[in-house]
Amino acid sequence: MKRNPIGVLLALIAALALLASACGSDDGADSADEVDSGDTAESTSAESSASAGPLRVGIVAPSASNDLAFTQSIVDAVNAVAGDRELDIAVTDGTFIVEDAAAAIRGYAADGVDLVIAHGSQYGGPLQEIAPDFPDTAFAWGTAVDTFGLPNVAAYTVRADQGGYVNGTLAAQLSESGVLGVVGPIEVGDAKLYVDGFVAGAKAQDPNVTVNVNYIESFSDVALASEAATAHIQNGADVLTGTAQMVVGATGVAGPAGALWFGTQSNQTPLGPDFVVASQVYHWEVVLSEMMAEIDAGTFGGEVYTLTLENGGLVIEFNDGAGADSSVIDGAQATIDGIIDGSITTSDG
Amino acid sequence: MWSDFFTTSVIVATLASAVRFATPFLLAALGEAVGQRSGVLNLGVEGVMLCGAFTAYYVRLNPSGWGWAGGMATAILAALAVGLCMGLLYAWMTLVMHAEQGISGIGIFLFGLGATDLLFQKQVGVPLPISGLRPIRIPLLGDIPHVGDILFNHNVLVYLAYVLVPVITLMVNRTTFGLNIRAVGETPEAADTLGVNVNLIRLGAILIGNALAALAGAALVMNTNIFQQNLTAGQGFIAVALVYFGAWRPGGVMAGALLFGLVSSTVLQLKTLGIVSGAASALTAMAPALLTIVVLVIVSRRIGQPSALTRPFDRNA
Repeated sequence: MKRNPIGVLLALIAALALLASACGSDDGADSADEVDSGDTAESTSAESSASAGPLRVGIVAPSASNDLAFTQSIVDAVNAVAGDRELDIAVTDGTFIVEDAAAAIRGYAADGVDLVIAHGSQYGGPLQEIAPDFPDTAFAWGTAVDTFGLPNVAAYTVRADQGGYVNGTLAAQLSESGVLGVVGPIEVGDAKLYVDGFVAGAKAQDPNVTVNVNYIESFSDVALASEAATAHIQNGADVLTGTAQMVVGATGVAGPAGALWFGTQSNQTPLGPDFVVASQVYHWEVVLSEMMAEIDAGTFGGEVYTLTLENGGLVIEFNDGAGADSSVIDGAQATIDGIIDGSITTSDG
Repeated sequence: MWSDFFTTSVIVATLASAVRFATPFLLAALGEAVGQRSGVLNLGVEGVMLCGAFTAYYVRLNPSGWGWAGGMATAILAALAVGLCMGLLYAWMTLVMHAEQGISGIGIFLFGLGATDLLFQKQVGVPLPISGLRPIRIPLLGDIPHVGDILFNHNVLVYLAYVLVPVITLMVNRTTFGLNIRAVGETPEAADTLGVNVNLIRLGAILIGNALAALAGAALVMNTNIFQQNLTAGQGFIAVALVYFGAWRPGGVMAGALLFGLVSSTVLQLKTLGIVSGAASALTAMAPALLTIVVLVIVSRRIGQPSALTRPFDRNA
């Protein structure tokens, strides 16, 4: 039989491409190895218990585990929880495509993972279909406030407007031009909350400040975020902020242009040690610990958990290296205290 | 509100942004136009761009680690070298093995996407910023009011992209190599009977196309100063569309890239200034892609593609 060289070649290319793609997007096991390779691995192996065994946690998230933004916030949080209790962690990241995420969620549930974290508001549809098929698996979904009335689905969300407000007051004080720029993804979820809070904080600090907001309609287009930041700077902005994983494009031009940057979701100081002033950091471990305690007690869902400055789930982390006026930074604590005691209202949220 | 847009400073900034925005599209589309004129379609432009972008980024990320070779020129040359290697791979697939070009190109794209994702995660991890190319104001020309800011205050890769337009036009239309490219793209059998080595000419065109695609990726990285997985976000596919838009002519490709860049930068400015927001903002974000589709539909009805496009040549067949 004559072998068709074209067929062989195509098969080779397809195999190569699939291999590279699969390796690149990290399947659960591979990522779990990576996540577990640090301190977490030591704690989990050292505390290995013969009785109940570790709680198995599967994370499904849209972007890279080290994006210094949304996905990293949940991966860091689960690793933080693993410092206090025994966890067996697996991560499937890079699932911008909802169908891919749905397959991963179902796969974790079918594999007997105890808690499946669907870290993306876009995953709600598939989760609503999958969760009833696995009543003995706990599912967590965020950022969201809807549990679909299912007993094994918990939702988690964040009052991103609170940190946005603090960042906004700081930005208004540090701006010399009186023009601030915001690079947002799509006007939904915690991105909208953060941006609204930032604008409210800036306006509360200085009613005359101009805050230009640009939602670029993408969570992943780095080049577009870069040009949006450039447009802000060309329009006079000297302090920028933004949310979602594409902001690395904006920080890439903010620093060289001499603009200051305020981050959110994760600590973004590594993106600009000399111009990132402060970051609102999501410490999901606060709600994850509560959630896991409920699972231990036999309750798999039904609750909505919220990160706030009050419960310590939101923390403003400052970067001394940005050279911002220390009195301004010190003043931020008063704003934080005001939000916590309710004397400052950040938004309707 | 609209009056905020129609100010000299905003219009100058928008036009300058359009020139910059168009650069990666232009570089990649120019290379793809050369390849297609020779009869080779490469849908893997996006993957080659990603490989070029990652290579340039990786060299620039830790320049001291590369010793004397850690400079800007090395980063760009390394990206070009990677592009040439991917060109050789694609040439082997399409010219030697006669693989179907559309499928092979998609294979190259998937390979580039996966490989750069993997390498980024394993070799870099966190998306740390690099020191990219700074704008260079051209003496005298850069001092022309407004025009200087729009055209003559960009980084060197922007200038190179636009200089390549007449260079490639001349190459295609005025050199023997260009004549051969057109000949093998229209009637390779006839070119072969005249003694033209069809596959060698196509190899040259593929290498030019892949080198420019990799350079486009490097230009993107040097402008944004960062790399992230899937950095190009579809720009390579838009570049392929721009080749059709420009009717396989460098000037037309440039016009298409500039139009695309202008619409994109205008939408960005309108949103930045708060002139469009909410649902209108989401709708205007689709404008560049929508415009491309409309023009493609119009253009494709008027202009024919190279006759031998996607058709492999085998003189023994």
